[in-house]
Amino acid sequence: MNKQSRLTEKSVTKNALLRSPLLRAFAALVLVFLIGMVFHAEGAFFKWNTHRDMLRHISVFAILACGMTLVIITAGIDLSVGSLLGLTAVLFSLFSIQKAWSPWMSLLACLVVGAAFGAVSGGLVGRFKIQPFIATLAMMVFARGMAKWVSGGQKISTAVLQPDGTYHYVEVPPIFNFLNSKILNENIAVVTLIFLGCILICWIILAKLRWGRYIYAIGGNEEAARLSGIPIIRTKLLTYGLSGLFCAVAGICQAAQELQGDPEAGMTYELTAIAIVVIGGTNLMGGRGGIGLTFIGAMTIGYLEKILSINAVGEASRLMLTGAIIVGAVLFQKTRR
Amino acid sequence: MENITKSFSGIKVLDDVHFDLNAGEVHVLAGENGAGKTTLIKILAGVHTDYEGEIYLNSKQMGFKSPHDAAECGISAIHQEMSLISPMTVVDNIFLGREKVHANIWMDHSSQKDTAQQLLDQLDIQIDLSLPVEEYPLSVRQMIEIAKALVYDAQIIIMDEPTSALNDFEVRRLFDIVRDLRQKKYGIIYISHRLEEIYEIGDRISVLRDGKSIGTALADDLSPQELIQWMVGREISQQFPERMTSIGKERLKVDHFFLPDPSKAKNWVVEDVSLSLHEGEILGIAGLRGSGKSELFEGLFGAYGRTAQGNILLDEESFKLRSPRASIAQGLVLLTNDRKGTGLVPPMDIIRNITLSSIKSFSPKGWMHTQQEKTSAQNHTERLGIKAHSLYQEVDTLSGGNQQKVVLAKWLQTKPKVLLLDEPTLGVDVGAKHDIYALMNQWTSEGLAILLITSELPELLALSDRILVMHRGKITAEFTRDEATQEKIIHAAMGEEKKA
Repeated sequence: MNKQSRLTEKSVTKNALLRSPLLRAFAALVLVFLIGMVFHAEGAFFKWNTHRDMLRHISVFAILACGMTLVIITAGIDLSVGSLLGLTAVLFSLFSIQKAWSPWMSLLACLVVGAAFGAVSGGLVGRFKIQPFIATLAMMVFARGMAKWVSGGQKISTAVLQPDGTYHYVEVPPIFNFLNSKILNENIAVVTLIFLGCILICWIILAKLRWGRYIYAIGGNEEAARLSGIPIIRTKLLTYGLSGLFCAVAGICQAAQELQGDPEAGMTYELTAIAIVVIGGTNLMGGRGGIGLTFIGAMTIGYLEKILSINAVGEASRLMLTGAIIVGAVLFQKTRR
Repeated sequence: MENITKSFSGIKVLDDVHFDLNAGEVHVLAGENGAGKTTLIKILAGVHTDYEGEIYLNSKQMGFKSPHDAAECGISAIHQEMSLISPMTVVDNIFLGREKVHANIWMDHSSQKDTAQQLLDQLDIQIDLSLPVEEYPLSVRQMIEIAKALVYDAQIIIMDEPTSALNDFEVRRLFDIVRDLRQKKYGIIYISHRLEEIYEIGDRISVLRDGKSIGTALADDLSPQELIQWMVGREISQQFPERMTSIGKERLKVDHFFLPDPSKAKNWVVEDVSLSLHEGEILGIAGLRGSGKSELFEGLFGAYGRTAQGNILLDEESFKLRSPRASIAQGLVLLTNDRKGTGLVPPMDIIRNITLSSIKSFSPKGWMHTQQEKTSAQNHTERLGIKAHSLYQEVDTLSGGNQQKVVLAKWLQTKPKVLLLDEPTLGVDVGAKHDIYALMNQWTSEGLAILLITSELPELLALSDRILVMHRGKITAEFTRDEATQEKIIHAAMGEEKKA
């Protein structure tokens, strides 16, 4: 009797492991990785530089996906991340290149702007109960407009227009070069480290802080959470605010990589960020998911794009293949339920 | 159904079960939550398709591939969670999945409407067919569900706890319909936890326990004592434990409490209610659906914010009506009547649900102390007798009784002074009900004051020290424990309607 019950318990844990979303997401990543091993483009896939560049390329998207994960767990969505990235990229270039503010001041100002815009979305969703899709759609349009307004529709670069109509070239501030550099014998990009930092921050919030518990509770059952005394509005304000803050981080990285602030930057990035979260396995209905999943999702999408690009697949085919593979990966995860 | 066996991930939930049903009978399927009733029903209704054993319909072996398939063969199920689509009209809901069409594409609205009207006339329900079902109360929706089943030319209708959301009068109405259907030679499988109901409506009773058939008997041959014993596998001496009361000083005093109607249909849903509740007392609130009793609870709890008005004293201090958060902090908590909708956070585990309302005490500076949290949750699960494989189990996977205990644990963890219980035993099996009664006795002996709503009158009478009756938002009568009888309460609950 005792033996039997132990046996069933064991089989339960085994099943639970198979059903664990983390494992499923990981399986999808391994699959993509294996594809890379097969189509290695004459050994390119086996070189560390390929992986380093993949990590560097995916970092900006993944930083956006970090904030997106928290918002999606509250059963919301943040469509404004791409536009906020564009706005903060423009502002960062404007402040640090053209206005020659100190790098710390410029960083701080951009982070404040990002967080404030995010918090406004959170306020609209929390206090005024506007659906997250609508509220952040409006914010997406507004922020894009603002980016074009502050930049005058021009890319903000080292070429500064003088009153007499000529261009005067200024030095690139060292912060740009630092953010765009690779450290540890050129083995890892600084932006990748920033991305890992964002993952760590989100993990602490979700696993270790009371705030994280509120995020899961609101996504799991908002009414029950409210009746349990959880501060809904404050939590949403903070969570969307954090998403905005991450947008600013991503915007600063983007500006550093491009050495300019492009008001068009970040167009459709929100879709990539959502794809990363979803392919990781975080549930769009809210209440379930985690930042570890998003990390794996970012790797999966990153490798996918890298493999297609080192095999010189044309952009048209690449987009179509990416779409098909996202569906495939999500279906693959589902079948393991 | 012969030799039905069904396993979920290696665990047998049904083991060699037999069940049969004759035309023109009501066969009650009884058993505690988790006994396998719902699984058995889902197999019959084509929801689960991988099982062992055989199903015969009119002595022909069947194998249903889908709920639609089962419905085509004349088996209709009315599940616990209703399957109506709220914003769609009554007609559209009735014909959902079986729309009448011309030439396979064009909807035949007029013929649908005629048939639906006939059906509802047959059931003696007068409603506007072109309104969305969300306009109607739960009881009417239940009737619409039945009409929907009849459209399918069902021979067998399965009702899974159809009365759990109905009040006594609506239950009468439903039973009239069920008796009518029985007369018309439909076979009805009826699942219920309420003993009175089982005996009132059932012709035969079958009991499942732990996935096994325990027995089948004519309702007349099976005493309630025996039935309970079959269900729980042990003897429960009485249905309700002895109530021992030690009433102390006044805990809660409500003076002239008003709550405006959120839907603006009338001025007040709760009008000029005053009451006082003492330490160690259970004060029962009776009333029909729509009498404002649940709204009274929600209003006192602050769920409607500052729109509620009135003077409230809690332990002789002024009680601030502001929000659930403020009420919890002041020591007044509410167990709502909708466990899944407003009580639990289904994707979270047992621990996290238990500590949801008291989370601050486990995270003084914002950082969670998970070990402390776990220990505390463990204490509660032991004290309340919550049965689960693991504390990390999602509450979704628990039975109704255990879920309810989790919600109770959540509120106890906040160390409340006043507990508002709205239908604490709704959808809870006999064993767990008994546990909850005993717990209520224990808590009141420790000084907690309880306001109780339950639509099961015997329960209300057995548990309450005093009973207030509400009608249309006002208190219309008050009875002491000794004065109260079912008749008096029902009379007071509908009193004014008779005069009008």
